[in-house]
Amino acid sequence: MIYDVVIIGAGPAGCAAGMYVGRARLRAAVIEQFSAGGQLLNYHRVENYPGFPEGIDAFELSDRFVKHMEAFGVERINATVEGIDNAKEKIKKIVTSTGVVETKSIIIASGATPKKLNIPGEKEFTGKGVSYCAVCDGPFYRDQDVVVVGGGDSALEEALYLTRFASKVSLIHRRDRFRATKILQDRVAENGKITTIMNTTVSEIKGGNEGVQKITLFNKANQETYELSTKGVFIFVGLEPNTSFIPKEVKVDEQGFIITDDRMQTSVEGIFAAGDVRVKPLRQIVTAVSDGAVAAFSASQYVESL
Amino acid sequence: MAGKNVVEITDKNFEQEVSKSDIPVLVDFWAAWCGPCRAIAPVIEELANEYAGKIKIGKCNVDENPITPSRYGIRAIPTLIFFKNGSVVEQITGAVAKSQIAAVIDRIVS
Repeated sequence: MIYDVVIIGAGPAGCAAGMYVGRARLRAAVIEQFSAGGQLLNYHRVENYPGFPEGIDAFELSDRFVKHMEAFGVERINATVEGIDNAKEKIKKIVTSTGVVETKSIIIASGATPKKLNIPGEKEFTGKGVSYCAVCDGPFYRDQDVVVVGGGDSALEEALYLTRFASKVSLIHRRDRFRATKILQDRVAENGKITTIMNTTVSEIKGGNEGVQKITLFNKANQETYELSTKGVFIFVGLEPNTSFIPKEVKVDEQGFIITDDRMQTSVEGIFAAGDVRVKPLRQIVTAVSDGAVAAFSASQYVESL
Repeated sequence: MAGKNVVEITDKNFEQEVSKSDIPVLVDFWAAWCGPCRAIAPVIEELANEYAGKIKIGKCNVDENPITPSRYGIRAIPTLIFFKNGSVVEQITGAVAKSQIAAVIDRIVS
């Protein structure tokens, strides 16, 4: 069995691509190691997806994406992708944890993972105070003081979310201004539970058997180092691409994101990329699904040209 | 919520199902509102089927069972705790690949 197109990853980009290739009546499959949904599953509510002015529950949107794809007959393969062989050949081989999948074209929609700070104590206290998912772990911090590290949309959104549980949220950002959307900045400024600590980096996370107790901060403006007591450290400092399996022929930028043209074509013919895994200026659900549609269209054209 | 090989672990049955189990036990601490918990649910189910008889795999809902999670200091979910003879031998936090969980199981059951 040789597929026309195999999509790697069933987040928003992969599901959108799946829906389009399904409608194009291509022989298609999507490989996913977890439940479908991707990073969407880390969020609570989505407020910036067009068509949902009141916002939509992240699980519901994710379920709708999956159902929409499945409605057009795309096969699901539950496996972890380990590599891609014969990348430059007409028939490419995707090596997975459950076997080899042969396909004429590939859409890489494997997404990205929250970046680590890479500071002492971070790994040691992961799950014991250090978290990368406010929706998952916020409820464990009822009436406690927590900190959020970062200055983008995710950091501010999660800080706002954590105010439902925590008594106080300190938002720590290394620059003098936030990168996040203005509406989120306004909400943070208006929220009495959030204190912002600007121009400051976290250099160490300390604790004991009970988990995190304090963090060491460095204020770049006055060169001051000091400690802050906290039970929880929520880290949202950007993303790193999930690309451990991609062949060396697929070109990436210095951060490892896959380089494509505006047709989502990578440096290898027949291999496309869509969503957070590729180099792009804005990583959002709306841009992920757009990439997925374009990649599906390009893959269809490529398969027809063979 | 769980397949036939996945045992529901509660504050009430923890002693019986985990502490007194003759084979190792993996407990997946989860909640309905946790996306990564939902993400790894099929993986847990598959492992429970593949390792049936070698390791007992259970799921403990942290909302319905406050005592057990706090006893093990759970402050993040999903957290997978591996027990052998009633003691904690290994712990994994967050959604990780199936192979990573399988590697720990292999090490424990061997």
